[in-house]
Amino acid sequence: MPGIVSYGAYIPIYRLSREAIGAMWTKSLARGEKAVANADEDSLTMGVEAVLDCLNGMDRQEVDGLYFATDSPPYVEKQSASIIRAATDLREDILTMDIAHSLRGASSAMKAALDAVQAGSARKVMVAAAERRIPAPNSDFEASFGDGAAAFLIGDSDVAVDIEGSYHLSSEFIDVWKKPEDSYMQTWEDRFIRDEGYLKILPQAVSGLLKKHQLSPKDIGKAAFYAPDARTHATMARAMGLDAKTQVQDPMFDSVGNTGTALAAMTLVAALEEAKAGDRILYATYGDGADAFLLRVTEQIEKVRDRRGIKGHLASKLMLPGYGKYMEMRGLMEGEAGRRPARRSSLPVIWRERQHLFALYGQKCRSCQNIQYPRQRICIYCQAKDNFELIRLSDRRGKVFTFSMDQRAMEIVLPKVFTVVDLDEGGRFYSVMTDRDTSKVEVGMPVEMTFRIQLEGSGLYNYFWRVRPIRC
Amino acid sequence: MESLKDKVAIVGMGCTPFGEFWDKDPVDLIVDAAYEAFEDAGVEAKDIQAAWVGYTSPDTAMTGIILSSALQLQYIPVTRVENACGTGAETIRGAALGLASKTYDLVLALGWDKLKDAGFGGIGQAFPGKWHPVYGAAPEVGGAVARYALAATKYFSEYGLSPDEGKRLLAKISVKSHYNGSRNPKAWLRNQLTIEQVLNAPMIAWPLGLFDCCGVNDGASAAIMCRTEDAKAFRSQGDYITLKGAGIACGPGWGKERVNYGFTTWEETEAAARQVYEMAGVKNPRKELSLAEVHDCFSIAELIAVESLGICEKGQAKEDIESGAWEQGGEIPVNISGGLKAFGHPAGASGGREVYEFYKQFQGKAEDPSRQLKDVKLGLTHNQGGHPGNFVCGVTIVGEPPSK
Repeated sequence: MPGIVSYGAYIPIYRLSREAIGAMWTKSLARGEKAVANADEDSLTMGVEAVLDCLNGMDRQEVDGLYFATDSPPYVEKQSASIIRAATDLREDILTMDIAHSLRGASSAMKAALDAVQAGSARKVMVAAAERRIPAPNSDFEASFGDGAAAFLIGDSDVAVDIEGSYHLSSEFIDVWKKPEDSYMQTWEDRFIRDEGYLKILPQAVSGLLKKHQLSPKDIGKAAFYAPDARTHATMARAMGLDAKTQVQDPMFDSVGNTGTALAAMTLVAALEEAKAGDRILYATYGDGADAFLLRVTEQIEKVRDRRGIKGHLASKLMLPGYGKYMEMRGLMEGEAGRRPARRSSLPVIWRERQHLFALYGQKCRSCQNIQYPRQRICIYCQAKDNFELIRLSDRRGKVFTFSMDQRAMEIVLPKVFTVVDLDEGGRFYSVMTDRDTSKVEVGMPVEMTFRIQLEGSGLYNYFWRVRPIRC
Repeated sequence: MESLKDKVAIVGMGCTPFGEFWDKDPVDLIVDAAYEAFEDAGVEAKDIQAAWVGYTSPDTAMTGIILSSALQLQYIPVTRVENACGTGAETIRGAALGLASKTYDLVLALGWDKLKDAGFGGIGQAFPGKWHPVYGAAPEVGGAVARYALAATKYFSEYGLSPDEGKRLLAKISVKSHYNGSRNPKAWLRNQLTIEQVLNAPMIAWPLGLFDCCGVNDGASAAIMCRTEDAKAFRSQGDYITLKGAGIACGPGWGKERVNYGFTTWEETEAAARQVYEMAGVKNPRKELSLAEVHDCFSIAELIAVESLGICEKGQAKEDIESGAWEQGGEIPVNISGGLKAFGHPAGASGGREVYEFYKQFQGKAEDPSRQLKDVKLGLTHNQGGHPGNFVCGVTIVGEPPSK
């Protein structure tokens, strides 16, 4: 039976306490904190993180598709999935697509992947969802929205979670919307949205699913489903006849926040981290209707445990010092005009160097075996000409050889930590260290690669690999 | 291969004060430096047969015309050179080659820069992303401070200095340079500093603070040169200097990306020094040199440069700095002028300004008698562009003409 072969997740390292948001607007907010993408992260880079987590131990060559769901893509026109595919070094001859415009994107992608596998048109399909929405300052959304990502590899061999069935419901109900010209999401009175939307549509899909499989709510081991906030989540669980204590997977509103399209998917990953063979899991998403899936965990789950997933990423965090840095990271306020020359980019260069920029291929000299980055014509060690093989460096780790911390760089999170890294298996890589606590940066510290926005220039996001202290 | 030693003489020099000249444009700086040199040599602009001009300021057309139009040179060859912050050394070397080949008899080498019209401190990006929009664009690989700071971090770690010890050591270099500069009328920053002031200054790029850094500014320097056999037509023996050697080393780069690059030695400096020591016949620079003007764009740059020049054993700078070996009255005065630290750094002008310091010291014209060195015979100037792992370095040795 086709199903989930592997899973992965990502939560950015920064958290903003609701207390800090409340302090900004002099109001008291609910407890907890939310995950905030670093200034060099967006839904695309978080998607890369989740996909790489999910690919741990998997054969990248067998992935025949990548579907990426988000409502906060970096580009409105220009696919994100193709860049995620390139960064994660999946094959070029596969189907990539973005699924947007609905909070239900993650499950739509899963259904499409499932259908492709069942139809035999793909062996394995990667499904990823990521969200980095920018809520209006001082809105209810601001306190609740968090950033994060999840990914599932769908296939029909080595399946860790059988997908026994699904039920889909489409609805023209309008709850939250955003027009292209809108800066922020809009919504209606919360009581209407809750009573007519959340409490009816998703439970209706779940009940349709259970009926189809002749099951009742008590047959569900764990339910991972979407809700906009903790209170509504609890009310929806009751409406579906689920016991909050034993049957409901915590959707992490107090620690991550509402990650939109990625929320139910991340909650499912959290459930899978705890699941045992034989467990029956309900996975349901909401938005313009609802999708509900009936899942059954297999013995194979034990073989896909070694992931950072939700648990690993949740435990690894840095608190933002206050609202100001968050405001700067999300560009909520216009800053002082720069006097330095504007940054520029060049599409021909990005295209020419794509293998080296996106999947971080360096070269190994066939004459002297030395690994080097960026690419050369003449070996920088032995001066042999054009005698290299390509070698992927994005999954390598290294140790800091030296570093500096620039307080005046054109960067939101200062200081900008320029880092020279000697890779454990040879080669040296020079880049910027991100997601770091500057008091802990030192020569010799181990680091790993992470795909980030290196700069914005000429109207483009220029993605590249930075390094970070080993996350977890 | 013949040595340049003593083939070429410098018979006139000019140097503007360096500073933030809101009321001067590039033409003002060029004219002021050139005319000081013309008057010093007793020549006129029309006597100049060829010129070399070096600068990095990007806002003008990148040609030699800036020099010919400023000085109204009439249809003579002008070669524009650039080696980033090491441009000055290359103007003098180019001029020397023109003379040694006997293509010309009297030439002008002039370096200038006007960096304070940019609206920000530090070296601007001439062409953002001209080489690589993601990997190589200047802000992504770090500004000059961040890149030199990589070397400071590594030097501390390599030689077992704690960050506090390392910063204190570097602070002594800046204190010395400001003390030297405070007595030099043409220097820009003439205030003296204490070690505590240096240590407490705002951080620019850890571990380098504000007073570990030189500022960029405006200025020009110029030299009138001829072949040594013609020098007496301009000045008496003992009043002009000859070129003992001029070395330039362009590194293969990629130090930040090459595992065998250590960050604590400037290989380009070592190579340029080898070239020039061989030309000049210098065996023991520490003993033979009367002074060294080294490229101290940052405190760590002076430290590593002095070691790389072979003036101090590697890893031994601490002993030298603590014993005062590089101070006036020490074994070898380093940056007796005040260096880039006290002068500021109009990139194209600094190399010539270093030679100007030797020229004046040699002539006994150091202005403030308290900074006049005695028995000045041989001087080394060190001028480099780029950043650790990616340098072009010029080392020039000038000295007393041969006695005959």
